[in-house]
Amino acid sequence: MGSPSAPRANPRFAPTKNNFENELVFKVIMPLLEITNLSHNFGGLCALTKFSLEVKAGELVGLIGPNGAGKTTIFNLITGVFKVHEGVIKFQGQDITHWRSHRISSRGIARTFQNIRLFKELSVLDNVRLGAYARHAYSLLDAVGRSRNFRREEERQRQRAEALLARFNLSRYAGAPARNLPYGEQRRVEMARALISEPRLLLLDEPAAGMNQSETQELIRLILEIKEEFSLTIILIEHQMRVVQNLCQWVKVLDFGETIASGPPREIQQHPKVLAAYLGQDGALVEEEMENSASRSVIVGQ
Amino acid sequence: MLQILGQNILNALQLGSVYALIALGYTMVYGILTLINFAHGDIFMVGAYLSLAAAAFLLGLHLGLPAVVVFVGAMCFSMVLTALLGVTIERLAYRPLRQAPRVSAVITALGVGLFLENFTLGLLGPEPRHFPTLISVGAWEIAGLTITPLQILIILGAAVLMVLLDLLVGHTLLGMAMRAISYNRQIVPLMGVPVDRVISLTFAIGSAIAAAGGLMYGLAYPVLDPYMGVRIGWWAFIAAVVGGIGNIRGAMLGGFILGAVEIFTPMILPSSTYRDFVAFSLLLLLLVFKPTGLLGRPIFERV
Repeated sequence: MGSPSAPRANPRFAPTKNNFENELVFKVIMPLLEITNLSHNFGGLCALTKFSLEVKAGELVGLIGPNGAGKTTIFNLITGVFKVHEGVIKFQGQDITHWRSHRISSRGIARTFQNIRLFKELSVLDNVRLGAYARHAYSLLDAVGRSRNFRREEERQRQRAEALLARFNLSRYAGAPARNLPYGEQRRVEMARALISEPRLLLLDEPAAGMNQSETQELIRLILEIKEEFSLTIILIEHQMRVVQNLCQWVKVLDFGETIASGPPREIQQHPKVLAAYLGQDGALVEEEMENSASRSVIVGQ
Repeated sequence: MLQILGQNILNALQLGSVYALIALGYTMVYGILTLINFAHGDIFMVGAYLSLAAAAFLLGLHLGLPAVVVFVGAMCFSMVLTALLGVTIERLAYRPLRQAPRVSAVITALGVGLFLENFTLGLLGPEPRHFPTLISVGAWEIAGLTITPLQILIILGAAVLMVLLDLLVGHTLLGMAMRAISYNRQIVPLMGVPVDRVISLTFAIGSAIAAAGGLMYGLAYPVLDPYMGVRIGWWAFIAAVVGGIGNIRGAMLGGFILGAVEIFTPMILPSSTYRDFVAFSLLLLLLVFKPTGLLGRPIFERV
C-alpha cells in the first residue's frame, strides 16, 4: 500500500523495470479503461444505449444523470454482474468484456455499491479481509496443514486490513458486525474493502447518497486523498451535481440510457439538455442544488 | 451400573464421531447453497466401499504392511476419490440448477442418491461385504471399562478432522468466503472470490470427511451394503438439523447427541428398534420448539 513517502508507488508495478515501462505505456498512450458502444436492455427496456467511455490512468471521471438513467448498469456491466451482449470493454488494453466477476476484480477493478452491500453478519475486519481474497498466496493444502506460509500470509493480510481500517478511522469498529455501524461508517468500510484488493480502477456508486453537506465535503476530501495515496483512477456515479463539480475532471451525463452530454463539469452545468433532463425529473430540488453549487467556490483545494 | 454407563458413553462417542463427520457435509452444503444434499448419505456409502477396496487391495499385496499404513492409505484413497465424486455431482447435477427453484435441486439430490445406491448395487450385488479387520489388537481394561485401540482411533481421528475443519471455516479466508457466499452470492465475486471454485471445494471437503467417516464406520461395524447410506444419512441429517443446520459446531454437537440416542435407546426402551422412533421424535420436537436447532441462529427473512 502506498506509504506517505512514496504516495504514487503501486507495489504491484513498482519493482521491475519492465513493469515500470508498461506502466508508462498505460499512462501515456493507452486508456486504462476503454468502453465502446456498450448497450444493455432488460426485457426490451433499453437501460443503456451505445455508451462509450475512455478513462486514462489517474483521471477522475463522473457519471451523472437522473434516477434510472443507466449509471449503475454501466458499473454492473464493467464488473461482470450483468452479461454484456453488445459492446466491448477493455481494461489495460485487454478485452475483459466477457470475463467473470472474480477475474475482473482480481485484474484490478474494485467497486462500492449504491445501497451498501456489506456482509452484515461478518465483522468489519472480516469484511475488509474478504476483499483481499484474490491477493492471498497460499493453497488449500497450506490452509489445512496450517503451514508457515499460510500463517504468514494470513497475518500479512490481517495487518493490511487493519492498516486500511486505521486509514479510514474505523479501527475501533474492527470486531463489530458490520450491521451495527452507522451509515457513513458502513460506506467507508465498503471503500476499505474495495481498496484492499489493490485496484487500479475504483468505481464508486453514489458514495455521497444519504449524506448531509458537511459529510459530503468530508467525503470529497477523502476521495481525493485516497486517489493520491493509492494512485487510483476513479469513476464516480453521482446524483448530486455539487459532488461531481468539486471532484471530477470530466463528466458524462446520461438520461434514459443515452449519453446526452460530456465535458468538464462547469460546461456540463450549462448544457441545455442536462438542464432539461434534471428539471424534467424533480426540478425544484435539483435546480436549487445546482444554484447552490454554482454559487459556492471550490471547497477543496486541488 | 456406573461402568455400563461409562462404557455406553464411550460407545456413543465412537458412533457419534461418525455421525458428526457425516453431518458436517450436510451442514456445509446447506450453509453455502441452502441446499439439502440428500445424496450425502450415499456419498458416505461410496466412501466406505472405496475404503474397503483400498484396504483389501493393500492387504491383498501380502507385503505385511503395518495396520497404520493400510489405514492411512485407505483413508487417503477414499477421501480423494470421494471428494472427486462430490465435486462431480455438484458440477453435473446441482450447478445447472442453481438458478432453478430449490425444490428442483432437492429432488435432483434424491435422484442422485438413488443413482449411487443402485449403481453400487448393480456393480457389487446385494450381498453385504465384510470390512477387513485392520486393527486387531486387544482391548485395554481401564477402571472397569473396555477400551479398544479402534475406539481411540475413531474418536481421536474424528476429533482431529473436526478441529481442522473448524479452523478452516472459522479462521481462514476460504472459510470466510464460504460464509460470505451463504449471505450474498451475488456480491462475493466482486471481491475477487471465485464462487464456483469455493462451492466445489465445499463439496470436496464435505465428501472427503464423509469418506473418512465411511472408513471409520467400516472399521467399527464391518458390514457394508449399498443401502447403508440411507439410514445413516438420515441420522446424520437429523444430527445436522438438531445442531442447527448451517452451523459447523452444531453438526458436531448433533452428531454426538444422535450417537447417544442410538446407544442409550435400548437401555431405556425395551429394544433398539425404537431408535428411529426416538431420533425422529427428537427431530420433530426440535422443529416445533427450536426450529433453528441448538446452535443455529434465527434467520430473518427480509420483508
